[in-house]
Amino acid sequence: MAKVTIDGITIEVADGTTILNAARAIGKEVAPPTMCYYSKLKTSGGYCRTCLVEVSKGSEKDPRPMPKLVASCRTTVMDGMEVKNTTSPKVLEARKGVVEFLLANHPLDCPICDQAGECHLQDLSYEHGSAKTRYEFERRTFDKINIGEKIQLHMTRCILCYRCVKTAEQITDGRVHGVLNRGDVSEISTYIEQAIDNDFSGNVIDVCPVGALTDKTFRFKSRVWYTKPMDAHRNCENEKCSGKVVLWYKGEEVLRVTGRKDQWGEVEEFICNTCRFDKKKTSDWTIEGPREIDHSSVISANHYARTLVKPNEFKLNEVNPITE
Amino acid sequence: MGKKLLTEHINVPGIQGYEVYRKMGGYASVEKAIKSMKPEDVVEEVKKSGLRGRGGAGFPTGMKWSFLAKPEGVPRYLVCNADESEPGTFKDRYLMSRLPHLLIEGMITSSFALGANTSYIYVRGEYYYIIAILEKAIAEAYAAGWLGKNILGSGYDLDLYVQPGGGAYICGEETALLESLEGKRGNPRIKPPFPAIAGLYGCPTVVNNVETIAAVVPIVNQGGDAYAAVGIGKSTGTKLISASGHINKPGIYEIEMGITVEDFIYSDEYCGGILNGKKLKAVIAGGSSVPILPTDLILKTAAGEPRIMSYEGLADGGFAAGTMLGSGGFIVMDESVSIPKNLWNLIRFYHHESCGQCSPCREGTGWMEKILHKIVDGHGTLKDIDLLWELQAKIEGNTICPLGDAAAWPVASAIRHFRTEFEEYVKHGDKIKDVKYYFHTHNMDPAAAYSSL
Ligand SMILES: Cc1cc2nc3c(=O)[nH]c(=O)nc-3n(C[C@H](O)[C@H](O)[C@H](O)COP(=O)(O)O)c2cc1C
Ligand code: SF4
Ligand code: FES
Repeated sequence: MAKVTIDGITIEVADGTTILNAARAIGKEVAPPTMCYYSKLKTSGGYCRTCLVEVSKGSEKDPRPMPKLVASCRTTVMDGMEVKNTTSPKVLEARKGVVEFLLANHPLDCPICDQAGECHLQDLSYEHGSAKTRYEFERRTFDKINIGEKIQLHMTRCILCYRCVKTAEQITDGRVHGVLNRGDVSEISTYIEQAIDNDFSGNVIDVCPVGALTDKTFRFKSRVWYTKPMDAHRNCENEKCSGKVVLWYKGEEVLRVTGRKDQWGEVEEFICNTCRFDKKKTSDWTIEGPREIDHSSVISANHYARTLVKPNEFKLNEVNPITE
Repeated sequence: MGKKLLTEHINVPGIQGYEVYRKMGGYASVEKAIKSMKPEDVVEEVKKSGLRGRGGAGFPTGMKWSFLAKPEGVPRYLVCNADESEPGTFKDRYLMSRLPHLLIEGMITSSFALGANTSYIYVRGEYYYIIAILEKAIAEAYAAGWLGKNILGSGYDLDLYVQPGGGAYICGEETALLESLEGKRGNPRIKPPFPAIAGLYGCPTVVNNVETIAAVVPIVNQGGDAYAAVGIGKSTGTKLISASGHINKPGIYEIEMGITVEDFIYSDEYCGGILNGKKLKAVIAGGSSVPILPTDLILKTAAGEPRIMSYEGLADGGFAAGTMLGSGGFIVMDESVSIPKNLWNLIRFYHHESCGQCSPCREGTGWMEKILHKIVDGHGTLKDIDLLWELQAKIEGNTICPLGDAAAWPVASAIRHFRTEFEEYVKHGDKIKDVKYYFHTHNMDPAAAYSSL
């Protein structure tokens, strides 16, 4: 076991735990934002650099601070380590930089993007970015490629988190896409416009933090915040599929089916393409009840029973921007 | 004349071939190591020698070697980094093409020290003719019994392979090199784990520069202490400097660390002064990634002492007033050089070579290049200069591999020491727009350009 202190809060975790997971174990207040790490995917993380933290004390044995900020998702804790996340001005500055870099070439086409409302880049920019960009050059574009019937690729929105590549590698039984080219012209591609199509390929939609991979069967049907999520399950024939999903309703109609995402925006269990794309009738499912969205996105603004702020923590001027 | 530890025999006719190399004392270090030393003893000598990595970072080689994990039943590898792609650096090419057997001898002695039975030399693809030279030398070494099974009857086996790279600067970064060597896309790995624990094919691996490995030969021959007696302070031994730019005698010089920069630039033994009697303007002392320094700071430290050619000497003053020895790519610029244009050229390179995995480097290098292009084309504003400064600061230290730093440092140092020149471009933007073509074809100072209008 290792004792680690993050933003002044101490917790004991198993050896080999990453700083990020130790922070998540403490809670949302100290957990760094993540754009590429995904706890369900091996070797994920390290790319986006939004989770950078300052290690102000290396360990009990070697108390020297680490010379550079480190990616909390890929750095393991040491006994006696002290970490600064939101309490480090250096971290906040660097993170602001990362947001600016991620947005530099992003098309900001949120008004026509299906991901808007549940987009991690939107949340990240809102929480850590600045309102204005200083990038004044033409934004990067890519030739459109068709990757099949069910999944829509918008390469301009991609932040190269590598999650979809790792999903295809680890969850599906054959990866047919990857990253082509180098540097800022790197792109997600199938190289020869091959369709990404196998039992579990739809999961790349759920893991994508932005609107680069979206569900073609849901395309332009509704803004997500006008839909109502319901937990549901079915006895799926595919033994690798849990059959536990969220149905997104508009009126009586199921517009889309996704995996169930936890408070970190990660799916709890991966689901098969049949559940995702082909079962869009209420009669296909056993409904469990309304889905609680425990994420500070606009979706939760409209409906939900459980709010983010517990009553005893309620502070009027913090949650009510209108008074400002 | 300074002491030559690596290139003493480089001009001997026929030294490229095995016979002459052997006659001049070649392969003595292998004999000595295998016949009379234990692998740990060789590591100990390298530690004593104080040798530091010649690839750029200057990490103590003996220490790196002692970090190598040695789990039972798992192979270990030695990989020689001959990717040499840092602009301004061309010493490994010289060494490999003229003295191929020196590298091979160093590889055998070092592999023995590390207990590696398979070793690789990863050569940049553009050095295709060197690959042929090395392969010929390796074949000669096999034929003479220095490679293969049971070397010198000791029971020690070693196979040595040459692997050409595909032509990417990033494949010089050691973990990207290992990925590429494994046949994958040359992306730097996210560390930890470090190669000493999990390197090539997941096995413990040491990656060393060509010059580092070559230096093991004199270290084993003469002993670590004798090697450490050459040089100055913690910068022991000799260093190959690739001298280029506006000097009378560009080329590769093996210097004893400790000579002054002034001596190196102006004496006839080395660079022989500035071309056409012009004035020195700036030097990039250690390959394109290290901070550029103006004349006053490269010849003298901030404290007014003569600046010394050594790891510590060049670093004196930190980044505010110093630079780094880096890979020894010494680029000299006379008064006609435009610093902003030169910087644009460098950043265009880093932008092109960024692997694209991490956001600060992927987006930041391209952004900086665009701003620099805008400035040198006469469309820049003062705000652009500040923005450049902020962007480099947000890249530095925040990336997966040091390519981000390598792109940030030249920007930071050029603005730190030559800010007025950037401001000139902004102020005289209109005029520059008129002489655009002129500017693009000549590396010219804006002031000179206006006067020629
Ligand atoms: C972008 C980048 C490019 C590099 N290119 C080279 C190279 O071409 N040759 C080299 O020896 N080291 C290069 N390095 C340094 C290597 O990563 C590594 O530190 C070195 O090979 C270690 O050898 P040494 O300890 O003998 O110096 C590069 C590093 C980076 C970050
Ligand atoms: S710093 Fe640049 S080259 Fe290095 S990993 Fe990041 S994107 Fe790739
Ligand atoms: S989440 Fe850690 S680097 Fe992206």
